[in-house]
Amino acid sequence: MMGALNPRGRALLLGVLAALIAAPLVADRYLMSVLILIFYFAFVGQAWNLMMGFAGQLSLGHALYVGLGGYVSALLWLKFGIGPWLGVFAAIAVATAFGAVIGWLGFRFGIEGVYFALLTIAFAEFTRVAFDHIDYAGAAGGLFLRVEEEGRWWDLRGGPLLFYYLALALAAGALVLTAWLARTRLGYQWLAVREDEQAARALGIDVFRAKMAAVLISSGLTAVGGVFTAFYNNNLFPSRVFDINRSIEIILAPVVGGLGTVFGPVVGAFILTPLGEALTALTERLGINAPGVKAVFYGLALMVIIVLRPAGVWPWLARVLRLTEHRP
Amino acid sequence: MSLLAVDHVIKRFRGLTAVDGVSFEVAEGDIFAVIGPNGAGKTTLFNLIAGVLTPDQGTITFAGERIDGQTPDAIARRGIGRTFQLVRPFPALTVEDNALIGALLRRSKVETARAHAQEVLRRLDLYDKRHQLASALTLPDRKRLEVARALATDPKLLLLDEVMAGLRPAETDRMVAILRELNRDRGIAILLIEHVMRAVMALAARVLVLHHGAAIAEGVPEAVVRNQAVIDSYLGAEAL
Repeated sequence: MMGALNPRGRALLLGVLAALIAAPLVADRYLMSVLILIFYFAFVGQAWNLMMGFAGQLSLGHALYVGLGGYVSALLWLKFGIGPWLGVFAAIAVATAFGAVIGWLGFRFGIEGVYFALLTIAFAEFTRVAFDHIDYAGAAGGLFLRVEEEGRWWDLRGGPLLFYYLALALAAGALVLTAWLARTRLGYQWLAVREDEQAARALGIDVFRAKMAAVLISSGLTAVGGVFTAFYNNNLFPSRVFDINRSIEIILAPVVGGLGTVFGPVVGAFILTPLGEALTALTERLGINAPGVKAVFYGLALMVIIVLRPAGVWPWLARVLRLTEHRP
Repeated sequence: MSLLAVDHVIKRFRGLTAVDGVSFEVAEGDIFAVIGPNGAGKTTLFNLIAGVLTPDQGTITFAGERIDGQTPDAIARRGIGRTFQLVRPFPALTVEDNALIGALLRRSKVETARAHAQEVLRRLDLYDKRHQLASALTLPDRKRLEVARALATDPKLLLLDEVMAGLRPAETDRMVAILRELNRDRGIAILLIEHVMRAVMALAARVLVLHHGAAIAEGVPEAVVRNQAVIDSYLGAEAL
């Protein structure tokens, strides 16, 4: 159930937002970088959640859209001098074109559930292999963007402050977009499709169209995240950006926070990113150098959260803190 | 002019003829029942009308236009609402959101659709339960929700697949009263598949009896239940 925020919830939301806007005044570079990561995962998690949490279509290949968004915008910048504010539109166009092909193949030929997920993985992997061999895009050696610290925001060149506020704006924008979509006819059609396609059809819903809309919006948004990471990290390697681990990272925040909820991806990102950072710090402090130790603890923590809060942390948090409108 | 015309429709499944040349017409504002023993082809006939299946032969016409072979969503948009024999409400959504999704078929604004959904829920005695999850409802309530959701799409014709099955007599009478009201107040035509003869006798103006996929009798209910072929194949003598 998607309860809207009550006055108390809205107050808390505004408080958190104000604190995040003010945070650069006190936060050091490290904390800023962690917050940027949180915003990034909240953003792409939101994009993925539209497709899975709302429309019920499992994608395990969202790294594809991140990578395409990053590569398209970086290439336009490096080869033609076209800045990311313009390049982002090309990035969205290319990513949604891929999304359209995957969606069309899957939904037209009745490839559903885990088989659809396999299709999304296959596309991400094929694209990774392809980019490994495209010399124009640097092949396996990747692309590098020159680091320039003095701010040129119109080219997305600058220090942490620029990226901090951009990431915050992206995360907040995706939150607003999701909250709005959830209250439109399309949003309700997605829920119907997720719950029961046959019943949805009987109510006159064009299921193919509703699913395609979800894939297009989700892939386009994710490509925006890709543009952000490319210009934030200043490098792109096929083996990194298209890797299936990137796709898994994207889905964790919404799964932990609460699938199909507006605030789930945000809450999930605020839990998981600091958890990862804390585990890194802890293993370093304890002097454990064995590879995979951090991953083991991270996995255990995930298991504990999911066993304790299978519907996600947000629905529980909203109930305990009484943040949403209570209905009898 | 008839609202729905089924004309010599045939549907075969690997040699088994599930629906064998069935023809009938439902007039506007009519309540029409299809009865018959299990396996007579009632649900297949329903799925042919609702677009889940395509007839091998014959035509189905709704409001003057051919609908056989169209998709279920296109048929719903034309004005045929349906329920499922095994109810399939959207389990993780509230009762109100279930009805709201139906109402959104002909309303693009969510708030307008919500008002309509609430009105429909009031008619079906579900208004007080509108904030409950559909998965938490009892079977009679789920059956009512199934009707409410279909009704919220503003159909000209409502296809009801055994909405009385599993209901207690008092609940059956309540459902009969609700359907009668709908038919009277809104002029919605109803085509029902039903085993509960108590409901059929109380509701239907005309009855079609299917047996092994073929129509063996059609007429007013009082005449049909006295038809010897119907008694032999389906009702048995004790029904009288």
